[in-house]
Amino acid sequence: MKQTSKAAVPYIIWMSVFIVIPLFLIGVFAFTTTVTVDAAGNIIDPETLGYMDGAGIDRETGELTADESEEETDISWVTFPLTEKTIFTLDNIFAVSDYLPVLFLSIWLALIATAICLIISYPLSYMISRMNFQRQNIMLMLVMLPMWMNFLLRTYAWMTLLERNGWINKLLALIGLGPFEMINSQGAVVLGMVYNYLPFMILPLYSIMTKIDERTIESAQDLGAGALAVFGRVILPLSMPGIASGITMVFVPAVSTFIISRMLGGGTNMLIGDLIDLQFLGNAYNPNLGAAMSLVLMIFVLLCMSLTNQLDNEEMESVLL
Amino acid sequence: MKSTKDKIVELRNIRMDFDGEPVLRGINLDIHDNEFVTLLGPSGCGKTTTLRIIGGFVTPVSGDVIFEGKRINDLPPYKRNVNTIFQKYALFPHLNVYENVAFGLRVKKTPEKEILSRVVEMLELVDLEGYEKRSVNNLSGGQQQRVAIARALINNPKVLLLDEPLGALDLKLRKEMQIELKKIQQRMSITFVYVTHDQEEALTMSDTVVVMSNGIIQQIGSPQDIYNEPSNAFVADFIGESNIVSGIMRRDHLVEFCGYTFECLDSGFEESEEVDVVIRPEDITLSDASNGDVTGIRGVVETVTFKGVHYEIIVNTPEDIWIIHSTKARAVNDTVGISMTPDDIHIMKKSERPKVTRYTVNAEVEADEANK
Repeated sequence: MKQTSKAAVPYIIWMSVFIVIPLFLIGVFAFTTTVTVDAAGNIIDPETLGYMDGAGIDRETGELTADESEEETDISWVTFPLTEKTIFTLDNIFAVSDYLPVLFLSIWLALIATAICLIISYPLSYMISRMNFQRQNIMLMLVMLPMWMNFLLRTYAWMTLLERNGWINKLLALIGLGPFEMINSQGAVVLGMVYNYLPFMILPLYSIMTKIDERTIESAQDLGAGALAVFGRVILPLSMPGIASGITMVFVPAVSTFIISRMLGGGTNMLIGDLIDLQFLGNAYNPNLGAAMSLVLMIFVLLCMSLTNQLDNEEMESVLL
Repeated sequence: MKSTKDKIVELRNIRMDFDGEPVLRGINLDIHDNEFVTLLGPSGCGKTTTLRIIGGFVTPVSGDVIFEGKRINDLPPYKRNVNTIFQKYALFPHLNVYENVAFGLRVKKTPEKEILSRVVEMLELVDLEGYEKRSVNNLSGGQQQRVAIARALINNPKVLLLDEPLGALDLKLRKEMQIELKKIQQRMSITFVYVTHDQEEALTMSDTVVVMSNGIIQQIGSPQDIYNEPSNAFVADFIGESNIVSGIMRRDHLVEFCGYTFECLDSGFEESEEVDVVIRPEDITLSDASNGDVTGIRGVVETVTFKGVHYEIIVNTPEDIWIIHSTKARAVNDTVGISMTPDDIHIMKKSERPKVTRYTVNAEVEADEANK
């Protein structure tokens, strides 16, 4: 027991440095903001501050260096010097509500992509799991093959396929169809999500389905269950843990993606991931708002995960053993 | 004896192969109502395949499967009035004991009230009252076995197929379950088709034993017939231990082996025909060679092993190695005489195969067969 707890120390350190502390910092950022206060501690609102900068009032001394303003704003209450201060605020969290449509669009598209992945993967995984060992390996390699290629490259490849002058439209033109506007649409974003995250659905489903003993299926048939009853009463409930982890593994990255929406969605289908990206690395630089968005997104993801965990109840755990 | 007139399952010239490898080479078998039939044979002999053909999980390449007079070759398992107890039980891991047993009725959309009373009845039958809510994953092997029995019997099958159901249990539990299964079979008066490689199990439980090897039925008969009158050397060797030596029929009731002639009860062989001579280890009498009055086969004791009821004594003679069961121990390296009475000598037609060795057919064949 002692041996194992000692061996866990590096992992605990790793997790605290790279997971717990960053999470804590996101929390700190999300609930704070930086404001300018005067010597008396009064917060200077942005308009006043803007006026003062415009009027050329020195922040340290309050001296008028150049009088270029036309309108007079009463700043007699301001005591100098002005300093910056970080204060607790809920404003960031409330500000996220302005972006709720983007958040809901992200969740909606990720849900569609997850559902499509599930529909494609479920029968496929089942078929793979019933093949002989050698074929299983070949099929799994085919599933994994696209993942050997860089994520950006794969998504970029879809751009060249879907473009107005892309390969698909060129091919369609040969038979006199199109051109169609395929890129820069929500459909293209969903396609990108499905394409990129499909293996993450197939693998957990496959691994749980290989654990379903052929004899269990046969005993259901033996007891009078036709194909539909075998599926509904045996295969589906036994594969629930795989469904749950597959959903989590597709939904979570899909809901927070920003590369796919940027490359395939054009500027018009901005997702929450893009928005967060903008707050940290883009023009709209505002780490506090970005952190608040991440936090809200995290809460939604946790909610979704607790829902899928309902699929995967205690009885299922014993199946996995 | 119970009535064995009505045929319930008939197998007519069943042939089966897996990947071009013949597994069954023409099986003909009648199974009667209320009969306890055991398919006995070494791994890979085709017994499990035969069972799966009756269950509907395997479709034979040729031949007819007839159930109550109707050909059912193409009837899927869920439409057959036959239930199976699988090797290692194959219980539904996601369902508790109650739901496992209720499964057969659930898929038939039986009213809840009837399900309840039937499940309770079945659990009583297998002594599992009070286990309804337990998860099947937390049951012992014996309890899982009982759940499997209850689950298979709830549909009131005409025939219950059992695929080495006691294989995973320890010896004591296996003995108990043998008796219990036999009781259940008699109480419910249904036909049991039981697959095992354990000859003792087969002899204890069955009305009829079907000895199989290499995809062929070697002998069908009552346990007594099979043991006392094995029809060939394979059966003799597989059912209990046997000494099988080559001999020559000199004339009716006289056989020569190991350089001596012996009187025997068998007749109907050609003169000078080569035959297999089968002698059970417990039928051999050892005599002290040091007395000098031994005129028959002589040998040297190689090993003596205490087996509880008897000693197993291995004796080397110039031609053969003999297994002898005796209640009297001998010293290693003693010279002994081997003798037997005429009715202990069983003469059989020379089998095509050379001397049969048991437990050498690899287990993979059976496993492969099971995976199909």
